[in-house]
Amino acid sequence: MLPIRRITLSALAFSALLAGPNAFAVATKTDALAAPAPVTAVPAKPKPASTSTADHGKFKELQKNFKTGPEVTEACLICHNEAAKQVQHTKHWTWESVDPKTGQKRGKKNIINNYCTSPVSNEKDCMACHAGYGWKDSSFDFTVEKNVDCLVCHDTTATYRKLPGDAGHPVYKRTEFPKGSGKFVEAVDLRKVAQSIGKPSRTNCGACHFFGGGANGAKHGDLSSSLQHPDRYLDVHMDEKGLNFTCATCHSTSSHQISGSRYNVAAAVKGPAHVRGKEDTVNPASCQSCHGDKPHPLARLNEHTDKIACQACHIPEYARDAIGTERSWDWSQATVMGPDGKPTVRKDSAGRRAFDSKKGAWVWESYVIPDYRWFNGASKFQVIGDKIDPGKTVLINEVGGGPNDPDSRIWPTNVHRGKQPYDKVNLTLTLQHTGGEDDTALWHNYDWQKAITAGMKAGGLPYSGQYGFVNTEQTWPITHMVAPKGDALTCAQCHSVNGRLKEIKGIYMPGRGDNNKLLDAAGWIVALLTLLGVIAHGAGRIYLSNRKG
Amino acid sequence: MSEHIYVFKRFERFWHWSQAMLIIFMMLTGFEVHGSYHLFGFEKAASLHTVAAWTLVSLWVFAIFWHFTTGEWKQYIPTREKVVAMIQFYSIGIFQGAPHPFRPTTLKKHNPLQRLAYLGVLLFIGPLLWFTGWFYLFFGDWKAWGVDSYLSLEWVAFFHTAGAFMMLAFFIAHVYLTTTGHTPTSHIKAMITGWEEVE
Repeated sequence: MLPIRRITLSALAFSALLAGPNAFAVATKTDALAAPAPVTAVPAKPKPASTSTADHGKFKELQKNFKTGPEVTEACLICHNEAAKQVQHTKHWTWESVDPKTGQKRGKKNIINNYCTSPVSNEKDCMACHAGYGWKDSSFDFTVEKNVDCLVCHDTTATYRKLPGDAGHPVYKRTEFPKGSGKFVEAVDLRKVAQSIGKPSRTNCGACHFFGGGANGAKHGDLSSSLQHPDRYLDVHMDEKGLNFTCATCHSTSSHQISGSRYNVAAAVKGPAHVRGKEDTVNPASCQSCHGDKPHPLARLNEHTDKIACQACHIPEYARDAIGTERSWDWSQATVMGPDGKPTVRKDSAGRRAFDSKKGAWVWESYVIPDYRWFNGASKFQVIGDKIDPGKTVLINEVGGGPNDPDSRIWPTNVHRGKQPYDKVNLTLTLQHTGGEDDTALWHNYDWQKAITAGMKAGGLPYSGQYGFVNTEQTWPITHMVAPKGDALTCAQCHSVNGRLKEIKGIYMPGRGDNNKLLDAAGWIVALLTLLGVIAHGAGRIYLSNRKG
Repeated sequence: MSEHIYVFKRFERFWHWSQAMLIIFMMLTGFEVHGSYHLFGFEKAASLHTVAAWTLVSLWVFAIFWHFTTGEWKQYIPTREKVVAMIQFYSIGIFQGAPHPFRPTTLKKHNPLQRLAYLGVLLFIGPLLWFTGWFYLFFGDWKAWGVDSYLSLEWVAFFHTAGAFMMLAFFIAHVYLTTTGHTPTSHIKAMITGWEEVE
């Protein structure tokens, strides 16, 4: 009985995820996933009883009909009086990340990305994925503790939803979403949610991280709702019937600081696996923290680890599902109307967004072979106001590393191409006011000039009034969707002419055609001449002995 | 009239033929790893090449021991005696049916050109392949050995390949020259039975 019910629940949750690709939060019934991950591969087990020492349903502080999110947070902080301060030091709150080497301020707040570009002037929409309440414009006060959103990460009911337009507040009253769709999102029962909190599950993390870029699977390429109920082939660690890891199993967390970040990637982790009790500075969200840097029984494979990231062989393709990922976003197609002069949308044959008059055109792909490149974990990002050269493809992030850098490894990456508006005089990528119901919002009025003028003003940037579109490119390291070992790359997939690593410079690889061509030519000529010599010599002997005989 | 003398002892014959098979096999797998053709597939070729290498190393340990304990190493001491006569024989005499200028004995079983060629194989081509192959095999340990700043895989591979081409050229010539004995098969028979047919 039980397994059948689980499958039904999975199917329901999956269809719920697919049903609302534009929602920044998803309602899924997945409490089985909140269970601690078992360490060995076993068939799916019934949900164990909570191991927590506290039943939040019994706390009198939570026996209240909360009206707003901040009210709940105030109740949480009565006991967890350091929690908000901790969260306020994390990227989930600040949307800012500082490069430890260059001091460059990155993070969603500062960079221009290759998808929705920037939250500036669009906070009401974008902050549906902020772990806070009320960030609607630049006046947001980052010191107010009650504005920290505890529930978005700790809700276990999968009923807590935040929608675009509410600046990070959950749904307080029944709302039609998307507008005009006839579908309604119920008001969140904050009392029930507050009493049912627990450790973050895949549902909590996935509500934002599976849907980055505004659609399921769009952004990363290795994160989509398929990781909610993955099988072994898709993700050997998160396999629901096997190891069943949650995100936090690897992204282990202390004081709300979640390990693992694409801004500072642990690209070249060395040394043995982490041992309990031993002081260790290795990033826990790395393969090596559990497997060490010599995990293979074959020494020859271990020799590869000081040049190649684990991911390069063990993630043979990314977006290994029907959901797929976006390979490009062309903003220059936005505001193009349908044949009837009205805004239109178009989907590709797999039902994924392909065109929208609001946002432009997209290309999707599944089972994508990565682009391989040297990577040392550091990226220089295009931040708001940086000068660009419109004659070249603008690199949203410049990935560091090279063959002679001992801290670089060959990584699989997802290179996402784009076309974005820029200021033709000031030579900067522009900020545009996209979301909203006002006159300047691109998605409301389909007027680039107004949208850019409003966006640049909100960001405090000069705008010449002349815009064009420039090619852009963003590079993502691929690290999720690790395949079972039987699906890892085979030797010849790289060690062959036209293999996976044909573009990788600076190393000698047997079998790739790196051999010295001059030596090869000389060697074969010498061998051939020797052969011809002995044939001629032998023929001479036979001929002469026959004549004599 | 011909007579038979015993030139190759049992171990020597075993060493020769097992080494011959290993070297042929290593050329076959090695040039595949090198990227010259597809036969076993890269992965299998690389792993078979390694297994054969270790087998050959063990064989050489025994062979070196044998050569020194039996004094047979002296067979490879180069000599100038009859070198010119040998060259003349191979380039002229052999076509005229002239007698072989060198008559092997148990104490001097190799003709002077053989001595030079085998010494070259044993002291130059072999060690070149062995030495570069060793570094190729232990690429992952260069850092630990402190040699990573002096070596590059590209050059290790270059010299390993150069050695392989030399071995290939030697192999071709060697196989042919086995037919230049008293009769076309007398050298080969000697390496199989130990007994060489001489004039």
